[in-house]
Amino acid sequence: MTLFEQIVTIGMVVAGTMMTRFIPFMLFPSGRPTPSYVQYLGKVLPSAALGLLIVYSVKDIQFFSGSYGVPEIVSIGAVIFLHLWRKSMLLSIAGGTMIYMVLVQWVF
Amino acid sequence: MLNKNELQLAFRTAFPATVPILAGFLFLGLAYGIYMNVSGFGVWYAVLMSLLIFAGSMEFVAVNLLLAPFNPLGALLIALMVNARHLFYGISMLEKYRGTGLKKIYLIFGLCDESFSINYTARIPPNVDKGWYMFFVTLLNHSYWVLGASLGGLFGSLVQFNMEGLEFVMTALFVVIFIEQWKKETAHHSALLGLGISFLCLFLFGSGQFMIPAMIIILGVLTLMRKPLQKKTGEAVCR
Repeated sequence: MTLFEQIVTIGMVVAGTMMTRFIPFMLFPSGRPTPSYVQYLGKVLPSAALGLLIVYSVKDIQFFSGSYGVPEIVSIGAVIFLHLWRKSMLLSIAGGTMIYMVLVQWVF
Repeated sequence: MLNKNELQLAFRTAFPATVPILAGFLFLGLAYGIYMNVSGFGVWYAVLMSLLIFAGSMEFVAVNLLLAPFNPLGALLIALMVNARHLFYGISMLEKYRGTGLKKIYLIFGLCDESFSINYTARIPPNVDKGWYMFFVTLLNHSYWVLGASLGGLFGSLVQFNMEGLEFVMTALFVVIFIEQWKKETAHHSALLGLGISFLCLFLFGSGQFMIPAMIIILGVLTLMRKPLQKKTGEAVCR
């Protein structure tokens, strides 16, 4: 690729990414009342989007080979347990991540 | 415009919420910088791409696009598909970003997974300016990412410490934010649907293709369930 072609390619990636972020705000500007259907989606979508995000972040787990997803399941369990027990965001995240690192580096 | 003290207050309130991202983005950014480096790109590519694209997974994909034959339309379509989930974040943030002035443009530009999940669920104290709080969360996240990518591009090959598994910090963050959101809401239909449908689609379509069908099915089911869900959740939920 020439430098020009690289710039165009990166520009296209920027444009595509920005479209996914700006389109909702351009379709429903704050000056005009938002349709009630979109308001409804704005209320129920976030919880579903957070669920989707969890799955997205573990999408490359090998459930049927390798470690069978055991490090991920154990560590996510640890995060949930720590968080319900101590209610400290940093402790839950740091604790779960350390357990995961120990599992993937030394156990599996 | 706020005075200096109010700005400092917003910054000091925002920073602690971003500490997990600091760890995660430095590591992922570092990995990205190293990946760029070994793929034959100078450090400026890593710096500029992390600055301009600011969508972690897409930037890894972009490296492959740069190494493949020139195909601008293909690059656009791939970016649209990989990042389609941002459409959900935009619809979710329509209300929260209202009235943030010019900062809104940057808030939308920086609406990545992490900025969305922190800003959507944040319990911002009443004496802190909401717009600036969300602005600093986004700016800090962006800075961590660019910093990590730059360091990776420059010194990545020198790292000796075994960091395998540190990427789990992002999953842990999303799980914690999911629990926080779960505790705030009275009905869990949407949360369970999001998890269930996404897992189902991951098994059916595989990790490369599950996002778009999952989003369409989530949207469809939530649309079909509008009447009963609106009755159940009422007005108070998710506010």
